[in-house]
Amino acid sequence: MSGADTQVRHGNDEAVDVSDPRLSRFDLVREGARRDGVEIVHYAPRFPVPGTKAEKRVERTIALFFMLTGLFATAFVVIFVAWHWEWHPGNNAGSWFTPLLGVSLALMLFCVGAAIIVFAKKLLPEEVAVQERHDGASPRDEQVLTGATLLNMADEAGLGRRPLLKGAIALGLAPVAAVPLVALGGMIDDPHDEDMYHKTGFDPEANGGNKVRLMRENLTPVRPEEISAGGQITVFPAIPHGATNQHADSPTLLIHLRQTDADELRRNLGHVPINEGDMYGNYVAYSKICTHAGCPASLYEQQTNRLLCPCHQSQFSITDNARPVFGPATRRLPMLPLEVDSEGFFVAKSDFEVPIGPGFWERA
Amino acid sequence: MKRRKLDLAALPAKSAEEVDARLTVATPLRRLLNKVFPDHWSFLLGEIALYSFIVLLLSGTYLALFFDPSMEEVVYDGAYSPLRGIGMSRAFESALELSFEVRGGLFMRQMHHWAALLFMAAIVVHMFRVFFTGAFRKPRELNWIIGSLLFWIGFLAGFTGYGLPDDALSGTGLRIAHAIMLSIPVIGSWVASSFFGGEFPGTVIVPRMYIAHVLLIPGVLLGLISAHMGLLVKQKHTQWPGPGRTNDNVVGVRMFPGFAAKAGGFFMIVFAVIALMAGLFQINPIWIFGPYQAATVSSASQPDWYVMFLDGSTRLMPPWEIRLFGYTLPPLFWPTVALPGVLTMLPLLYPFIEARFLKDNQAHHLLQRPRDVPTRTALGAMAVAFWAVLTLSGGNDVIAEQFHISLNAMTWAGRIGLIVVPPLAYYIAYRVCLALQQHDREVLAHGVETGIIKRLPDGGFVEIHQPLAPLDAHGHPEPLEYLGAPVPKKMNRLGALLPTVRGFFYPIEKPAPPVRLDQPSEAPVSPAPARSEITTGS
Repeated sequence: MSGADTQVRHGNDEAVDVSDPRLSRFDLVREGARRDGVEIVHYAPRFPVPGTKAEKRVERTIALFFMLTGLFATAFVVIFVAWHWEWHPGNNAGSWFTPLLGVSLALMLFCVGAAIIVFAKKLLPEEVAVQERHDGASPRDEQVLTGATLLNMADEAGLGRRPLLKGAIALGLAPVAAVPLVALGGMIDDPHDEDMYHKTGFDPEANGGNKVRLMRENLTPVRPEEISAGGQITVFPAIPHGATNQHADSPTLLIHLRQTDADELRRNLGHVPINEGDMYGNYVAYSKICTHAGCPASLYEQQTNRLLCPCHQSQFSITDNARPVFGPATRRLPMLPLEVDSEGFFVAKSDFEVPIGPGFWERA
Repeated sequence: MKRRKLDLAALPAKSAEEVDARLTVATPLRRLLNKVFPDHWSFLLGEIALYSFIVLLLSGTYLALFFDPSMEEVVYDGAYSPLRGIGMSRAFESALELSFEVRGGLFMRQMHHWAALLFMAAIVVHMFRVFFTGAFRKPRELNWIIGSLLFWIGFLAGFTGYGLPDDALSGTGLRIAHAIMLSIPVIGSWVASSFFGGEFPGTVIVPRMYIAHVLLIPGVLLGLISAHMGLLVKQKHTQWPGPGRTNDNVVGVRMFPGFAAKAGGFFMIVFAVIALMAGLFQINPIWIFGPYQAATVSSASQPDWYVMFLDGSTRLMPPWEIRLFGYTLPPLFWPTVALPGVLTMLPLLYPFIEARFLKDNQAHHLLQRPRDVPTRTALGAMAVAFWAVLTLSGGNDVIAEQFHISLNAMTWAGRIGLIVVPPLAYYIAYRVCLALQQHDREVLAHGVETGIIKRLPDGGFVEIHQPLAPLDAHGHPEPLEYLGAPVPKKMNRLGALLPTVRGFFYPIEKPAPPVRLDQPSEAPVSPAPARSEITTGS
């Protein structure tokens, strides 16, 4: 480990006189390291004979990397400033702006990094230094003295023999702790204030007591004959902002079942008493919000009559009151009671009769 | 008055003296410059995380100059024509502006996202390194805890950032986060409505995530990273066992100039890789996802990779809902609240559990090779396998689609795999460790395989081994003790070959002399002797 190229003074703890003019700069380095508990045991130049072909070659490599750094930095600046960068449809100059920025910046950074690393590995002297660890617990004396310093403070405060202070501090500071809590309390929002988890945009009460129509995303109301058998559309409550995220709990899937499927669902309707009478003819509407984690359970498998939620793959059987048949969901998708108003448009007889969406503690 | 001549050559020394006269900094500065760092490639992994974090701070600050975290509803009328006329939140609109109407904005966005992915990846791989080599042992338990917390805070940073643009994917992620909050027993509905300021999604969640993402979380990250590095400096780095290396020293190069130069260069390389990915590889193309709408979702909605294991655990969870006394505990609670809780606490406590189990109260500064601690390595392999099954399950719909496998079969494979694969990984890792240990001992006892086959007089063949120790009086190698350092297993490692000739087009140094069979070679291993014709010997 110790190279023959340097004279290593093992175990020499005598301080060197740093003003001694005979000391070389490296002698000073070694002395500084020694005082820091670091022994430089091996320190050898990479090129003992200066000016060899090999050394020149390394110099040229590093110089090349620095020159390339400048070149790519300039390229980045020119591209950033002068390139036609605006987005236009199709493949054009704008499509190349981001890739060119990335490539030029990456090459610039790579070249400067490579230059520094080659410099460090090929030109800086080869070095092995050993530093002593001085870890572990402090000397016992130190521990005792620090402990005494801390405990002395408690003695002087003398809370043990000043019970009045003790009580006063406890009583005085306890309410202080409540101050930030109360201040944060401004964030607290009572979920049962308007019972937000039990109501959706289809609630007639919020619509002046009128039953809420079903509408498409383009705000048009829906007539039964507009959906062919086997077809399904996403509907929203026909109220202001009904199709926006302001009513994120309201999206509903309106399905026109084929005759055989409708018959099957009618037979199964009795399994869930609350759903009785919620179908309109062969039409049924289920909440689109998955009862597992709230994603839209909207992938309709016509072959199996299942609704699939793409987030966690819960599957619901359309012909059996949207019973969860696979995946992590435990509850049926709630059914929206359907009827048709005097103008022949779908309306919700009432709001969903059970809370839509994911489960929570108070939901029985 | 005589004008004093400014001595430029003496200026640095003079200013240094002036600074030192005020700050008394000479000794501590030199101590820092002389700090010794051991060298090994695996020590660079944590540096990658650190450098990615710096890139995150820089690129994130740039993005914040343009991004508007507002949930106000607007109709898009910007440069990206396919989305014109579509209603969206102001946050999504400004993210689109950043991508299409700010020069270099898309590059910065992609750089920020790639840096975040790399940050988390580097943290995870760095953690593997620390775990499998036993670097977390006393006295470094506290730094291990800080590191584990950094993963989770980084996770939060990633999630809040992912949610900001309010695109279809981030809204879906938020919706699931809302459901996760709802699933917490007793206080769930209160937690959810308090975070979202009422119903999902409301209008305050994006601004709230924004302030968390740009101030609170980076502040915590910065504090924890500073503590992490401070402890590293204070406790000094661990090192691999090797010649001259003991539990009481650090062998390596001093920080200045060797280590600092290499680390600075490495920062540039890491930055270069991020910049290259940001330029060439599209990430989070929000204009393709579109704005978040509660009624729409596409299949293959995957979160960023470091969240996928929780998505996977959610998918695998059987539909077990607990209903008691009119209250509900949704199944979502177990994979998304209980599991992360366990996954946070178990690693935090692991150093203490292991020390307790091994009755080991010593301070350790020398690393262990994973093979030498089979139980820990096997436990780690088990944890990695558990995580891998969950992460794969987080993309099981994509796997099912790409490989034409039934989706339900994928789910069941994940459920069964989660129980079967980790113990299997434990067993395999344990056996591999033992086998590697045994091979190390064999090489120490018998030497390195030379690849030279000798035919014995009786016709049998044996391979000649190069002993690692000097021979004793009977011609047998002296026994060598295994010291926890790699054992050379190839003749190259023993310097059996001449060094390669350097130079690209022509040699820049004197090439090694050609091998002459009638003279001893310079190479420690001589070539085979010249063949002489086999004769009958008559």
